[in-house]
Amino acid sequence: MKMEKMTYREALKQGIREALLNDERVFLMGEDVGHYGGAFAVSKGLLQEFGADRIMDVPLSESGFVGAGVGAALAGMKPIVEVMTVNFSLLAMDQIINNAATLLHMSGGQLNVPLVIRMGCGIGRQLAAQHSHSWEPYFASVPGLIVLSVGTHEDARGMLLSALKSPDPVILFEYTFMLNMDKEVAPDAGAVDITKAKVRRDGKDITLITYGNGVYKSLEAAEELSSQGIEVEVIDLRVLRPLDEETLLASVAKTHRALVVEDAWRSGGMAAEVFSRIIEKGFFELDAPLQRLCGQEVPIPYPRHLEEASVPQPQDIVDTIRKMIGL
Amino acid sequence: MIEFKMPSLGADMEDGTLVEWRKKPGDLINRGDIIADVDTQKGLIEIEVFEEGIIERLLLEEGVKVPVGTLMAVLRPLDGETEDKDTSSVISPEEPEIREEAAVKPSIEKEERRVKITPLAKRIAQENKVDFSVIEGTGPEGAIVKKDIEKTMAGSAVPSKEVVRPDEQAKAASPTIKKELRTPSTKAIRTAVAAAMSKSNREIPHYFLEKKINMSNAMSWLKEINSHRPVQKRLLAAALLIKSVAASLDEVPDLNGVWEDELVIKNEINIGFVVSLRAGGIVVPSLKNADLKSVDEIMEWLNDVIPRARSFNLRSSELSDSTVTISSLGEGGADKVFGIIYPPQVAIIGFGNIIEEPVAQDGMIGIHPMLFVTLSGDHRATDGMIGSRFLTALNKHLQTPEKLGRV
Repeated sequence: MKMEKMTYREALKQGIREALLNDERVFLMGEDVGHYGGAFAVSKGLLQEFGADRIMDVPLSESGFVGAGVGAALAGMKPIVEVMTVNFSLLAMDQIINNAATLLHMSGGQLNVPLVIRMGCGIGRQLAAQHSHSWEPYFASVPGLIVLSVGTHEDARGMLLSALKSPDPVILFEYTFMLNMDKEVAPDAGAVDITKAKVRRDGKDITLITYGNGVYKSLEAAEELSSQGIEVEVIDLRVLRPLDEETLLASVAKTHRALVVEDAWRSGGMAAEVFSRIIEKGFFELDAPLQRLCGQEVPIPYPRHLEEASVPQPQDIVDTIRKMIGL
Repeated sequence: MIEFKMPSLGADMEDGTLVEWRKKPGDLINRGDIIADVDTQKGLIEIEVFEEGIIERLLLEEGVKVPVGTLMAVLRPLDGETEDKDTSSVISPEEPEIREEAAVKPSIEKEERRVKITPLAKRIAQENKVDFSVIEGTGPEGAIVKKDIEKTMAGSAVPSKEVVRPDEQAKAASPTIKKELRTPSTKAIRTAVAAAMSKSNREIPHYFLEKKINMSNAMSWLKEINSHRPVQKRLLAAALLIKSVAASLDEVPDLNGVWEDELVIKNEINIGFVVSLRAGGIVVPSLKNADLKSVDEIMEWLNDVIPRARSFNLRSSELSDSTVTISSLGEGGADKVFGIIYPPQVAIIGFGNIIEEPVAQDGMIGIHPMLFVTLSGDHRATDGMIGSRFLTALNKHLQTPEKLGRV
């Protein structure tokens, strides 16, 4: 089948469009998603196609419109709420945790909240600290949420469709950094499996576990290492909660070494949780200390060279793996 | 003078913080007036006075936290006079004093020699019975990794480290240093015994069985053997008893293992033999693969290990991996010993005194040397029936010592 080249942004838009076409209960609401076409132009043109009832601009009040999304979901709709970036989600945290994630429990299993919240995440294009953070681990610690990370164009195209099938609230992290990146996508790409981590590259020497912005960077590093004779298995976590332990443990049982790469801060990051699982259940498979490459523990800086230095880059991955293998 | 003190607003209230005085010196207080706001664990509470008077002095500054019962103010009764009382010191807010318990000093246990090895490499080594203590690691920080074990198994790697045995080290060192290095304090041993035995008594539901075993055959056999031997080669009953325990465990393996939320039966029979120290305390060296050792080998082991145990000259490996324990009091002591299991093991066998007793046998009364054997079993792991089968097997083996001596 002929692959189609498109940007990550275009893949996201096609996913949203397909969701709107599939089910009339689906609607999109968020800051500037309508007339402006989305802060990152992801929803450009959708207002014209679907009308103001289904592409809804909202006031700048994260707590208010995420709460409205929870209400709409309770009332039988399938809302897609866009929080422009994860940095602003803190204002909506009460709605997300105390309501969306908790109502099923509080209602004794009577009230599902089939809400999907999309958030831009991670470093981007010099947007400075208050627009550039990677806070996936915060959300991944909350029971009641399903937390997904859109690390590839394939997932940009299909993950939203899978998320909308969930009866429970889903947080979908999209990455500003990748918006303009072109990749090949199958024209019939659709929903993806959001219960499993995905092995993006097969390898026998070391397991590299990553997500989000880390996926393409890791694949690039793995390519370079392959030319040096090191075969890296790259696992895209995809689902940050609930974690797919099985895939991780199976890979570690094969390679006996693991490195986690993520843009999020090191302390209490996904790496910490992934390592705990590996040590709990795969301790006797380990032939080397576990290693991680995470974001520097600073507010993301504005200057480009400092922004780049604040998160792991492909060369860092190559260097770390060479050291772990003993080269 | 009327003393106004920090009131107790509930049994669980220990202290309160004065937030605001509602009255000032000279003010007339009527019964039921609110004199102050006090912050407690239950929130901000208005404090009433149940007496009448004029405020003489306020003794507490706002913002100060004081325990219940602390004098806060002095009131002059309406019909009274000012009395002199040393109430001049006003309590002011000050930097909170840090009061915490001193940090506990972590105990440091010295291991004989820590080998750096990855979990995977260690697992493979153990599965293949590779002695990794002599392998030079090539991994991070010199750790032994899977590759190193595989090389050793393939025979391509010659053990490259000089293994220095502690006793050889000891020979090289001066006697005083040796003493300092090796002899743990009596207190440290006591602490270790206390910890293990407390854990055992706390966690293990023990059952106790006892059997009297006729040692006529065994003692005659020993006497016969020893009569042909020079003194230093003579066998003690203990060697035969250890052998008989190993043989019986082979038949009743349920008692040879450890409790890890379930009974894990061990293939190797490693018998821990309790050695008591002259200054008090015990150490328990382990006889590895006791079932594969002959009585002579066991005797040699006893001759070697007991003096070394008493002088703290054992390697850590000689103290580990026991799968069952024997406590033998030896001659002349108490008749019976009921042991406390050494966790995570599931059984301890106690040998008491061998004493001559009148015994009815084959319709006749005779005098026989009798041994009191006890078994303490972990009731989570096994039941009395298993324990009983073990003691029966032990009796059977001790009736035919020549068979035990053959191996």
